Amino acid sequence: MLKKRIIPCLDIKDGRTVKGINFKGIRDAGDPIQLAKKYVVQGADELVFLDITATVEKRVTLVELVKEISQQINIPFTVGGGINSIKDVAILIESGADKVSINSSAVKNPTLITEIAKEFGSQCVVVAIDTKFVNNEWNVFVHGGRIPTQLKTIDWAKEVERLGGGEILLTSMNNDGTKAGFAIDITKAVSTTVNIPVIASGGAGTKLHFKEVFQETRATGGLAASIFHYGEIAIPTLKTYLKNKNVAVRLS
Amino acid sequence: MIAIIKYNAGNIHSVQNALDRLEYKSVITDDPVTILSAEKVIFPGVGEASSAMKYLIEKELDKTILSITKPILGICLGLQLMCESSEEGNTKCLGIFDAQVKKFPNTKIVPHMGWNSFSEINGVLFRNINVNDDVYFVHSYFAETCRFTTAICNYIQPFSSAIQRDNFYATQFHPEKSADVGEQILKNFLEL
Repeated sequence: MLKKRIIPCLDIKDGRTVKGINFKGIRDAGDPIQLAKKYVVQGADELVFLDITATVEKRVTLVELVKEISQQINIPFTVGGGINSIKDVAILIESGADKVSINSSAVKNPTLITEIAKEFGSQCVVVAIDTKFVNNEWNVFVHGGRIPTQLKTIDWAKEVERLGGGEILLTSMNNDGTKAGFAIDITKAVSTTVNIPVIASGGAGTKLHFKEVFQETRATGGLAASIFHYGEIAIPTLKTYLKNKNVAVRLS
Repeated sequence: MIAIIKYNAGNIHSVQNALDRLEYKSVITDDPVTILSAEKVIFPGVGEASSAMKYLIEKELDKTILSITKPILGICLGLQLMCESSEEGNTKCLGIFDAQVKKFPNTKIVPHMGWNSFSEINGVLFRNINVNDDVYFVHSYFAETCRFTTAICNYIQPFSSAIQRDNFYATQFHPEKSADVGEQILKNFLEL
């Protein structure tokens, strides 16, 4: 049986791991390579690295980091942040990233999704959608959640699938950083609308939250950052708990 | 020396990194002489079948692969290209395994992406591997089971998770991305 994936996310700024609270207020959480290796040993199923600085001059640092990650870890990983062109994608894939995650650039230029899919295959295109519940509907936000768009989340998710996206990483900005649980309603709506894998993100605070998102939605992965970084939930404990609750997980 | 076949498919460096971690020397090459003189060959790849096959034919790598007498391991697209044909781009493949490659119906979540176990395992690649061990898959096309199938996985339907005919080995999953279980499978191949 296909297992539900537990995916720690490492936000990278200037080569260090950081985690924002509600997309703001950044705290330092350590060396990304050491953290990544620790998660692999603990049984993480995939890793996501999001470069939240991603300015042009810092790009080189990221590429070097991606090469080192690829040499040192033996599970798949995704790299995102500031990817604007097929050229950016090519450098990261050639440096060893298994997938790339695009967000604002996909909204701005949706054909980028198709271009990447054609060149490197759909499986390596993760489209990250930052969504917020405002005026009674879920809308898409870009640029780290700062700028609203006219796009309704469900419509954009369908479009992402149609354009050749391989996976959707859905982050609820209302829930992110709150530790009050994933946004079950929008995760359920998106994951039942599309037939590509959906990763739920934003709001994980307890083991129960993962059980809820896996049992009440079609999400195939759950992503979290701070609860893993600060040791609030250990991955082996989480996975054993999920297995006991009849959620299929990989135990190493 | 292990030769990793270079062609227009991704994921090749991940295989080399995995071999480095296991302390095996490898070279990424499309040179037939180097490939044919290597102790073992790995034929990896993530990509699209028809363009990959076209590239192999242009570079005459199709003939090279068919004439390999040392153990060769196809991974993911590598496995699919070693089959009869693929529905992806209606591609005639290398025909080493008598299996057709078909697309998963998109009534379920496709690609089949993530960790999955086996319903059956046989053969030397799976020494010290348990049927309940998980390995990492990412694919939208699958090879049907055939008389050379050595491992079966179930997703939507049973398919060939691994195939072996004589010195031609192949896995649909990515051993280089499958943590310790994958390393054991790679070791089993490298120690043949």
